[in-house]
Amino acid sequence: MPQIFHRSANYLSRASIIGAVVLIGLLGFALWEITMSPWYTDQYVAKQQPVPFSHRHHAGELGIDCRYCHTSVEKSSFAGIPPTQTCMTCHSQIWTNAEMLEPVRASYRTDQSLSWTRVNSLPDFVYFDHSIHVAKGVGCTTCHGPIAEMPLTYREGTLYMSWCLDCHRQPEKYVRPKSQVFNPFYRVPANQLELGRQLVKEYKIQSLQHCSTCHR
Amino acid sequence: MDPEGSHKNIVVADPDPIIGPGQTLTSVTDKISSIVLTPGMTKGWLGGFTVGVMLLLLLNVVITYLFAFGVGIWGINVPVAWAFAITNFVWWIGIGHAGTLISAFLLLMHQRWRTSINRFAEAMTIFAVMCAGMFPLLHMGRPWMFYYMMPYPNPMWLWPQFRSPLVWDVFAVSTYFTVSLLFWFVGLIPDLATLRDKAKNRVSQVVYGALAMGWRGSAVHWSRYEFASLLLAGIATPLVVSVHTVVSFDFTIAIVPGWHSTIFPPYFVAGAIYSGFAMVLTLAIPLRKYYHLEDLVTIRHLDIMAKVTLATGMIVAYAYIFEAFMSFYSASQYEKFMLMNRMTGPYKVVYWGLITCNLIIPQALWARKIRRSPVALFLIALVINVGMWLERFVIIAISLHRDFIPGKWGMYYPTRWDWATLAGSFGLFFVLFYLFIRFLPMISMAEVRTLVHQTDEEKLHV
Repeated sequence: MPQIFHRSANYLSRASIIGAVVLIGLLGFALWEITMSPWYTDQYVAKQQPVPFSHRHHAGELGIDCRYCHTSVEKSSFAGIPPTQTCMTCHSQIWTNAEMLEPVRASYRTDQSLSWTRVNSLPDFVYFDHSIHVAKGVGCTTCHGPIAEMPLTYREGTLYMSWCLDCHRQPEKYVRPKSQVFNPFYRVPANQLELGRQLVKEYKIQSLQHCSTCHR
Repeated sequence: MDPEGSHKNIVVADPDPIIGPGQTLTSVTDKISSIVLTPGMTKGWLGGFTVGVMLLLLLNVVITYLFAFGVGIWGINVPVAWAFAITNFVWWIGIGHAGTLISAFLLLMHQRWRTSINRFAEAMTIFAVMCAGMFPLLHMGRPWMFYYMMPYPNPMWLWPQFRSPLVWDVFAVSTYFTVSLLFWFVGLIPDLATLRDKAKNRVSQVVYGALAMGWRGSAVHWSRYEFASLLLAGIATPLVVSVHTVVSFDFTIAIVPGWHSTIFPPYFVAGAIYSGFAMVLTLAIPLRKYYHLEDLVTIRHLDIMAKVTLATGMIVAYAYIFEAFMSFYSASQYEKFMLMNRMTGPYKVVYWGLITCNLIIPQALWARKIRRSPVALFLIALVINVGMWLERFVIIAISLHRDFIPGKWGMYYPTRWDWATLAGSFGLFFVLFYLFIRFLPMISMAEVRTLVHQTDEEKLHV
């Protein structure tokens, strides 16, 4: 009776044992890499806007306070997107003829809001409140990244739940003095953990991790 | 063996053999392998398979409709949020236990009669676990999120709730399925090699050959095979007890009267083996008749299985009696009410049906004549199958429909979709089982050959 399989089948079958393990491992690794990649999460991807608004220029070079535009950040869940009038407080006086700012002036004339592209958007099933975070010493740049260095705004975090939990589980790693919350150039000090523990105690920061904290 | 040597070399026919007279190594192999290797389909097989496929298509319709509209298509609602689907789950997974008991536990106990029934009992286990595993997934509401039950690295940093028995279920059932599948496959390897060697066409040779994984039947192969079988039997035996214990935790962890009970784990395990043996009988009796396997699955086998059924049935009966006793002895009005509601409430027909099917009718098995009558045994096995399904319904749905506060009492009525899901799961089971008997040896050739060899030896030494 002739052999059913060629001799090479012996090697193939042995290789397939290791191959299966390696393949499953690689597949898992690839899935994880895709899940964490900016291609999937939009992290670090600068968005095109109707007007190429630069946080680097306004918040960084000019030093305008975050709250000048995002007025409700200390009082409300939503930090607030400024109305065109806020832009025009300055731009009715400077750069009044700039081509780049025509959409802003058009918006002001016609009373039609500028339609900004949202950069940081949490899903609707997540309850998030800016005011409590700001009040407990979480700085703007902790979540929004080096905003004073962004010509066009991009998303600093993945917005995955793990990203939220990083801080909710160990707030002492991220918290800063309340006086520094709106400082876009704040640098994490060398003794962050020591300072953090002290601030967590002082500000009575709770490490809230119940499902219903955010999923209400 | 006989000190006087007067009976030496006299062949005495065993009056009640575990293998029919006149079977040789060749006849056993030919008999079993010919079922698989004969080309074409018999009418009986095709008929049964067609019915199975139609039911499977029904399941397909049900699942599509379920995914589109949600679990509301079933009759479940508060207070009876668990009914048919969970009943079916527990029933199917219980069925599987007999297969594991036969293949693993009896192997360790050196019960040789298991050899001619273990293969299809194991197949039954695997297919029953597949049917069972389907139900909790379908019951989820968002079945496509089923993987949330597994602890896998994820960007939510979310871990399953390890304090929930539903998560224990996932581990119990998936372990059970994996071990059963491995055990079944390892057992199949020598037989697959036999089929490879006997197959005439190229496709069969390659497929069986690939599955046989290079088995040549050398002494080293056999030694490793025996060792692997023993190891797997050692792993599988605790699963006979653990899986249904974990399933019973789904209920005992809750505080609902009728669920919150310490008797459940042993009671569920006994019930599982009871229903499993009934299912093995339900499958074995028509199979041996249709494929003329009476010499391999003998009357003696049926007798022994009937005895196991009776024994586990008595354990279950004991549990029923004690469940009732404990309710009265508990001095808890809710426990007492739960029992009275079962016996006299709106679902009393189901309860008394359960008592009739599981307690009263199986008492016929005390009679040797009935144990050795395939027809009578088949009918009783069917009755037990129904009874065990009713038992799970009684525990799950009837306990839920009236618990503490009369204001939240309600009734559960199955919809046509409930029935269609149950029927569809039979479709899945039978399609798989029909494919199994067509493409794989339903009795272990290698083990029966060993048995033939051993019994021949013994005859010579009587």
